[in-house]
Amino acid sequence: MTTNLSGKSVIAGIGATKFGALPGRSTISMNVEAIRKALKDAGIEKDAVNALFVKCPTSKFELMYGQKIAEATGLQPKIGGVWDQGGASNTMMISYAVMAIEAGQCDIAVVTFADNPKTGSAASYSRPRGDDALYGWFATLSSYAMIARRHMGELGTRREDLGAVAVASRRHGAQNPNAQLRKALTLDEYMGLPPMVAPFCRDDCALVSDGAGAVVVMSAERARKMGVKKPVPILGFGHGQTSWEVAQRPDLTSTQAKVAAETAFKMAGLSRKDIDVAQIYDCFTITVLMTLEDYGFAKRGQVGDFVKGGNIEIGGQLPVNTSGGLLSETGMPGMQLIHEGVRQMRGDATLQVKGAKHCIVSNQGGVMHTHASLILGQ
Amino acid sequence: MTTDVQTAAKPKATLPDPDINEVSKPYWDALAKGKLMFQHCRQCGNNWLPARGECPKCLESDWAWHDASGKAKLISWVVFHRAFHPAFEDRLPYNVAVVELAEGPRMITNVVIDDAEKLVIDQPLTFVPAEEQGHGIARFKPA
Repeated sequence: MTTNLSGKSVIAGIGATKFGALPGRSTISMNVEAIRKALKDAGIEKDAVNALFVKCPTSKFELMYGQKIAEATGLQPKIGGVWDQGGASNTMMISYAVMAIEAGQCDIAVVTFADNPKTGSAASYSRPRGDDALYGWFATLSSYAMIARRHMGELGTRREDLGAVAVASRRHGAQNPNAQLRKALTLDEYMGLPPMVAPFCRDDCALVSDGAGAVVVMSAERARKMGVKKPVPILGFGHGQTSWEVAQRPDLTSTQAKVAAETAFKMAGLSRKDIDVAQIYDCFTITVLMTLEDYGFAKRGQVGDFVKGGNIEIGGQLPVNTSGGLLSETGMPGMQLIHEGVRQMRGDATLQVKGAKHCIVSNQGGVMHTHASLILGQ
Repeated sequence: MTTDVQTAAKPKATLPDPDINEVSKPYWDALAKGKLMFQHCRQCGNNWLPARGECPKCLESDWAWHDASGKAKLISWVVFHRAFHPAFEDRLPYNVAVVELAEGPRMITNVVIDDAEKLVIDQPLTFVPAEEQGHGIARFKPA
């Protein structure tokens, strides 16, 4: 027997630090600030929290990091800890929180993430991949560029299509007062940039950012009882793990994002045309193109037509990354996308999509190794 | 600009060595002799690289090293215009590719070619033995 948890839980509050360079701030300190702000946003006391889910900083793995955050916040959680699935972790942890709440294991969960690669060490993004340093196989972005080249060769995707993603995120980020990079980009400017790891140039790549973000999750019923002002129902979620390293992955141009989205749509009882706005993980431009295909918004090989002409910009058919995403708001792995999804559903986003009723959020980690989808409603 | 004198005075950058262990040693020993090998499962017939103790298909540990034919096709490639390690600073631009051997395994490699932007997805390639930092490695050239 399965229970459909659609709408049973809500995101009750969101909180974040500033994004960009935050010199001298430890990841623990940033986590605490984000949690404090998320609790204030939800309008609840800290002592009501009895679950704490933490994504470990990407730049430095620390043993028992979840307990360090629990200590710094004075919590003794009934359930929680660190979840290691890269950039998919935040959405995954929200879904585990929902399941734990419904199973009676906890009442109110905090999900949190912080990292400081900008003022700390960004070495984790440029390290050799696997055992192949002798071939010059370095850096995360190179693996994504490898996928992009295959997508271009196999399906006819062009650099202009990658560029349309960068242009959309940068246009939206330019209008976000909290964004780290507030500089719009034209397609001509993008096409004129020199290659970094071809087929990618600099502006295909996520920002490197310090910062933290947290959310508070509780049941819809509890949110009503506690008088939470703007609860945002969690209508669907799903996960999928592609797992293989890029060199061994049998299919480079599609991932288990497809499975994640199918699970989430089924849980929510919604279809693609019900989605009014999307926050799609844009660590690199190719990720957005492939996610739009895997999610079924564009047919395989036709995503170039879908993203052109401002179709994924505000005012288009499916506005994507309305606060700037990883390419413009902050390079933080995923929590900012969840926050913007929440703001769109509350109706108080800076670039609000008028009348938006459903938002899909994608989170993914590694080099498209892991994926999680989240559908939010009102 | 860096002068020749400055370049000469700079200590040679060392790349991380591959993890050569009990399972992977025959692979690296063969490459040192200019030979490319892959693992073949005697239970289910699966072929794979890189070296691992168990077949990732049937999970059995009943496998043997087989010689590769040297025939491969190009799955994808990138061209580095920026060095993420000092050892590659004077080699820019250089390419890194994923190739699929005729026998099935996929691996990271470099394609020996002047202008990598002229490569085409799925084009046939041939194994070329090479050496890097005292280790044998497998490069490929257009067939």
